[in-house]
Amino acid sequence: MKKVDLERVAYCLAVKANVNLRKDCLYLLKKAYLQEKKPQPKEALKIILDNAYIAFQKKIPLCQDTGLPLVFVRVPKNMQWNNTYIEKINKGIKNAYSRNCFRSSSIYPFSNKSMFNPKIIHVEFTKNRTFSLIVFPKGFGSENKSTLRMFNPTVSTRKIFDFIVDSVKKAGPEACPPFFIGIGIGGTSDYALFLAKEALLERMDRPNRNKLLNLWEEELLKRINEIGIGPMGLGGKFTALAVKIKMFTTHIAGLPIGVNISCHALRSASFSVNIEKIKVV
Amino acid sequence: MKKSIKLNTPLTYKEIKKLRVFDRVELTGSIYTARDRIHKELIKLISKKKNLPLSPQEAIIYYCGPTFCKKTVTSCGPTTSLRMDEFIEPLIKIGFKITIGKGRRSPNVRRLIKKYKGIYFVTYGGCSAYLSQFIKEYRTVAFPQFGPEAIYEFKVKGFPLIVAIDSYGKDIYSYL
Repeated sequence: MKKVDLERVAYCLAVKANVNLRKDCLYLLKKAYLQEKKPQPKEALKIILDNAYIAFQKKIPLCQDTGLPLVFVRVPKNMQWNNTYIEKINKGIKNAYSRNCFRSSSIYPFSNKSMFNPKIIHVEFTKNRTFSLIVFPKGFGSENKSTLRMFNPTVSTRKIFDFIVDSVKKAGPEACPPFFIGIGIGGTSDYALFLAKEALLERMDRPNRNKLLNLWEEELLKRINEIGIGPMGLGGKFTALAVKIKMFTTHIAGLPIGVNISCHALRSASFSVNIEKIKVV
Repeated sequence: MKKSIKLNTPLTYKEIKKLRVFDRVELTGSIYTARDRIHKELIKLISKKKNLPLSPQEAIIYYCGPTFCKKTVTSCGPTTSLRMDEFIEPLIKIGFKITIGKGRRSPNVRRLIKKYKGIYFVTYGGCSAYLSQFIKEYRTVAFPQFGPEAIYEFKVKGFPLIVAIDSYGKDIYSYL
């Protein structure tokens, strides 16, 4: 039986997420850099790649906005959940932020004192055998551009696509393109946006397993790249690098669509382990 | 692609009027950070006719909330300029006409920059590890109680900028 120290795991994930750019994102950025022909957006992509390299080498954050560190916990069926785990995760993240000089970007509205950790933790009880913990620091330049619309259930896909493309267009250059775009379809107003956020945790370089959604993702990516904002708003082929959709059951009277945009520095780190071989402490 | 233009602070009007949108600039000298709450404080000081911690004619404002580690700047990328748009009018009137940030500005800001012959630069958003290489020194200027949101002076060398709104009111993002 191996022991898993949750506080330590949360600490390491928070550091890793902020310092190392995700491999799937790095791969797509490199691909875009090689394909871009216009000199100014190409230079911007080069600087984004250089930035990832410097952050990794010097162990400093990719972006000064070390975001709100969101946590996603997936609890397997045979695991005894203990409420002290939440405190351990929170403590690990707080220490990761304070000891590595990450910016204290969390604040209680209208107060003056900023904190390291917003303590937003999503716990999901699953049927799986693996326990997983994901730390997802979300920057607010792009989070501020999130959109939601409650469509009628009879709406055409064209109208949904128009809404999504328009949301990306409105996000504009200040949300740090090239973007990764998460889309949630279904659920409730809040759940559609939650799904959109969860979509950003999927592998960006892999096609969606759902064939229909994969088709939609490809079409949306094509339409979004036609807007021509490009890296840093300098134009070119790549306004977004990937679109990921998650769909869920909803009410017969509606169709919520949530759009959550991530900047080019899409940061998350995950840990997962088979629960039968470990003991959480 | 045109070569980048090397400039030193303080920027003179002669230098500003030569710059056009999409020009790349390597800036050497001093820039001063200020973001949301500092703007609110500066406006308060102006309305009370108190002394400002910065010289309006010389200071270049950088919209940034940096992080520090062991007395060096580790992260110092730009923040969204749009949020500062509502504060710009009283500031540009007394001389703060050069700003650095990321993304679009409101049409009103474009008009003010043209009127007061200022300039707006953007730099590479989300690339703060890269940008930290160009910062040689820093010091706290005012409002240290605001932590990352305080006013800091950065001594920069070859800091990469792109002209986003020039003194003629031309905007690189006008197509959006």
